[in-house]
Amino acid sequence: MPVTEKTLSAAGVKVVGAVRTFNGGVCAVDHLSLEIGPGEFVAILGPSGCGKSTLLRMIAGLDRPDQGVVQVEGDTSIGRVGYVFQDAHLLPWRNVLTNVALPLELAGVDHAERITRATAVLSEVGLGDFIHRYPAELSGGMRMRVSLARALVTSPVLLLMDEPFAALDEITRQKLDEMLRQLWAERDMTIVFVTHSIAEASFLAERAVVLTRRPARIVTDHAIDLPVDRPAVLRGESVFAREMRTLYAALEEGMRA
Amino acid sequence: MSILRVVRRVVPPLLTAVVVLCLWAGAKSVFGIEDFKIPSPVAVAHAEMKYWPLLWRATLTTAQGAGAGFLASILVGIFSGAVLSSNRWVERAVYPFTVFLQTVPLVAIAPLIVLWFQPGFYSVAVSAFIVSVFPVIANTLSGMRSIDPPLNDLFQLYGAGPVTRLWKLKLPSALPDIFTGLRIASGLAVIGAIVGEFGAGTFDQQGLGIVVLSAKRNFSTDLVFAAVGMSAVLGLVAFAAVNAVGYLMLRRWHASAREN
Repeated sequence: MPVTEKTLSAAGVKVVGAVRTFNGGVCAVDHLSLEIGPGEFVAILGPSGCGKSTLLRMIAGLDRPDQGVVQVEGDTSIGRVGYVFQDAHLLPWRNVLTNVALPLELAGVDHAERITRATAVLSEVGLGDFIHRYPAELSGGMRMRVSLARALVTSPVLLLMDEPFAALDEITRQKLDEMLRQLWAERDMTIVFVTHSIAEASFLAERAVVLTRRPARIVTDHAIDLPVDRPAVLRGESVFAREMRTLYAALEEGMRA
Repeated sequence: MSILRVVRRVVPPLLTAVVVLCLWAGAKSVFGIEDFKIPSPVAVAHAEMKYWPLLWRATLTTAQGAGAGFLASILVGIFSGAVLSSNRWVERAVYPFTVFLQTVPLVAIAPLIVLWFQPGFYSVAVSAFIVSVFPVIANTLSGMRSIDPPLNDLFQLYGAGPVTRLWKLKLPSALPDIFTGLRIASGLAVIGAIVGEFGAGTFDQQGLGIVVLSAKRNFSTDLVFAAVGMSAVLGLVAFAAVNAVGYLMLRRWHASAREN
């Protein structure tokens, strides 16, 4: 899908001079400014504990900056911003289907429509045969797919992801990265993806924003020069290695800063 | 469950019981302990059969008092735990005083209970309630306070209000802890009922506590043992019932119900 069509309803993000300091004086984000256009896929890359999650939480409205502005530009009504956590964080007493339907349930959508929409998004993430299983009966990768489906079920215009695949093994992670790229191409949404993996950022994003150690500031804002269509074999090609080298250098610089 | 597994389950505790009974009977004859101090296991079994109608009625009476107190503990305990968990200030202001329920000696306030509720069923139920409610409050509170923080974020993100949050997040999340509290409370309710009967039981509604008191007065120690045995069984039944309900509610998702 060409980018022009994606900009119809996907949301943008505007961060201007954001500062966030926690009780006890730890500064997580320091005068950070960042603009993300509608329909972009942006990776936020930085060393662990650098304030990436804080930035994401502020964009989601789960936290507020002490100074500056963090706002979503577009449809900010409930359900239009999706959030995927570091681990799946499902409700263990609900099965896969009712876990995915939860956001719709909280929004007051009626039962029949909830089931239809949750079932549809579950088959999209390849879990059509597992809808009646419980989280405890699934593998880590499957649980993360459920978590992703839960975030997608409301058709968000902005999807925020906080190192969602970091706890998974490499193969599962690559599969999910490929699936996510596909979902982004098919849907009209902006994705902000926090990660500390250079390979993941290069493979997934159109643009990578590299942050310094805490407090987070931007070292590099890099447009990833890879084709829109990204098959798994791309990871072995020299253009991919080149992007990774660029990001690696930026990350090194960020650690020193 | 295969027969072999049943055998593995049943034989070890059975062996323990047999050993204990032999030691009991043996020690009694070796040390020459009189029957009115410790009757033999056979005498207790005999009393159990001889006084069965009396014991059965007493057990049902005690069960009613304990059951009513326990039911009140479930309702009041979960409700109080939920209220306390809703707000840090409420918790700070009220929680220290709920500890009184834990520390106040039931025997000391039994006369007051009798004064307020008259001897009989209500006083017994109130005694059972007072000793069994605290573990329910404490465990509900602890369960509702330890909600996985990202799940709180999730409910906030989708605009869930406090009532929705309670029903769809806090209560189910706290359920394993609530059942831990209920397991403790079930046994305590039986104890509370019997102690309550010591102070507030009546002879026209004879519970196990009354049977123990009057049998002791007549030096029918065998009947005392038989009544104590029945109260232990009653506690066990209450515990097993709570476990069974807990298993049914938690088996699909919680590790505590998966073991065994």
